[in-house]
Amino acid sequence: MDKLKKKEFKTPILEKDIRRLRVGDIVFVTGTLFTARDAAHRRMVHYLKEMRQLPFRFDGLPLYHCGPLVRKVNGEWSVLAAGPTTSMRMEPFEDEVIRNLGVRLVIGKGGMGERTRKTLREFGAAYAVFTGGTAVLAAEHVKKVKQVEWLDLGVPEAVWVFEVEAFGPIVIGIDSDGNSLFEKVQLEAERRKAEIFKKFES
Amino acid sequence: MNLEALVENVAVDLLRLAAVRLPEDVKQVIRRAYGKERSGIGKVQLKAILDNIEIAEQKGIPICQDTGLISFYMEAGSRFKVLEKVEEALRRAVQRATSEIPLRPNAVDPFTQKNTDDNTGMHVPYIHWRIVSGDSLEVTAFPKGGGSENTSTLKMMEPSYGLKGLKEFVIESVVKADGMPCPPTIIGVGVGGGPNVAMELAELSLLQPVDKPNPNMAIARLEQELFEAVNRTGIGPMGLGGDSTALAVKIEYAHRHPASYPVAVAFQCWAARRATARIGSRGEVEYLTHKV
Repeated sequence: MDKLKKKEFKTPILEKDIRRLRVGDIVFVTGTLFTARDAAHRRMVHYLKEMRQLPFRFDGLPLYHCGPLVRKVNGEWSVLAAGPTTSMRMEPFEDEVIRNLGVRLVIGKGGMGERTRKTLREFGAAYAVFTGGTAVLAAEHVKKVKQVEWLDLGVPEAVWVFEVEAFGPIVIGIDSDGNSLFEKVQLEAERRKAEIFKKFES
Repeated sequence: MNLEALVENVAVDLLRLAAVRLPEDVKQVIRRAYGKERSGIGKVQLKAILDNIEIAEQKGIPICQDTGLISFYMEAGSRFKVLEKVEEALRRAVQRATSEIPLRPNAVDPFTQKNTDDNTGMHVPYIHWRIVSGDSLEVTAFPKGGGSENTSTLKMMEPSYGLKGLKEFVIESVVKADGMPCPPTIIGVGVGGGPNVAMELAELSLLQPVDKPNPNMAIARLEQELFEAVNRTGIGPMGLGGDSTALAVKIEYAHRHPASYPVAVAFQCWAARRATARIGSRGEVEYLTHKV
């Protein structure tokens, strides 16, 4: 089995700490993170375009691609399930969001595109994967809902601010040097595909 | 209780069972994949998946926050008493399950983008009927997440490419889907018929127990060959690299038109949620996929 490096992070996350992370590192995050998926990304970028003030600032906090399943009990939100959603849908917006909100760590699933990879390298941030579908495991590490914004977008699309403890395991998929685990796996898969096709000939 | 209310209650139970507890055959193949995985990162993913399955079951919470677009697959005995009332009962069950379990509201109007907030809408829940003999009704709840549906593929292949073309298309689809459908996945392949038939067969194949090979020996061998080939791509759990790209490959087929050779590939994420019960006309209920 490969040797895995496990690291604990407390938020806010500093650029110098992110710069030390490498693809394949396993990370656990303690502190505060916020969620945003499709509609929140669209609105954030729309606000930025119109030079309107966002109702929040999250410098150094991880941005989590997630539309949680929550329930309100006695006036308090509780998080039942909070797994990652497909990050690629946020690709058109992420460059602006990372730069303007000061995001150092993006968490999601499935990987992101070239533009985000470039932004991560230039700005000093990383992209990490939380195991897709493991929504209850994720919710176990959410200790409290600290804040919710833009609830008018609907529960899954709103911006949720979670207090988390040892949130993980998350795997660094794209590091701040622009190395991408996804690219490595894809290139290898393309190479192996040719071998597999050859075997189909026989 | 009247039979119509019973159908509704059983359907709510099935949606809960499906959302919260994976069928034993699915858990078994995930454990097997964990045992065989050689990549460290892959193993971490599979461990998280197994932990998640256990916590969801203990706490009675849906395994994944994407509780899917709801479908029901029905095997209806022609003498089941209230057949004409079943669709309405299933709609009510979906509405109740959405608030009682809860399920995430996932039915969105494609033109206004408005969410109905109760998981019902135009053709939702989707209900697939097969009429069989007898007086009982078999209901399968099949909620399917959006991430894996989004990677489905269909090719109207040149017939001359034949079996080799079919195999290559499956591999192409898996490599292209990459980590998106939350691998390790169950891969459903529908062959023949028209494009709609091929896609439907691909989805139907996912309803079969995952560890049960096809009763047709030649197809069972093809399933095994494709299963091994897919797992040689190295895509691995969540597309992070490893041996476990698929948990199984399932194939269903129809005869084809001489001029066309449709091949459809449907992906089922590792959270392969399905639950089946049989309801008799005298009100007896038997759960077939889960111990209750």
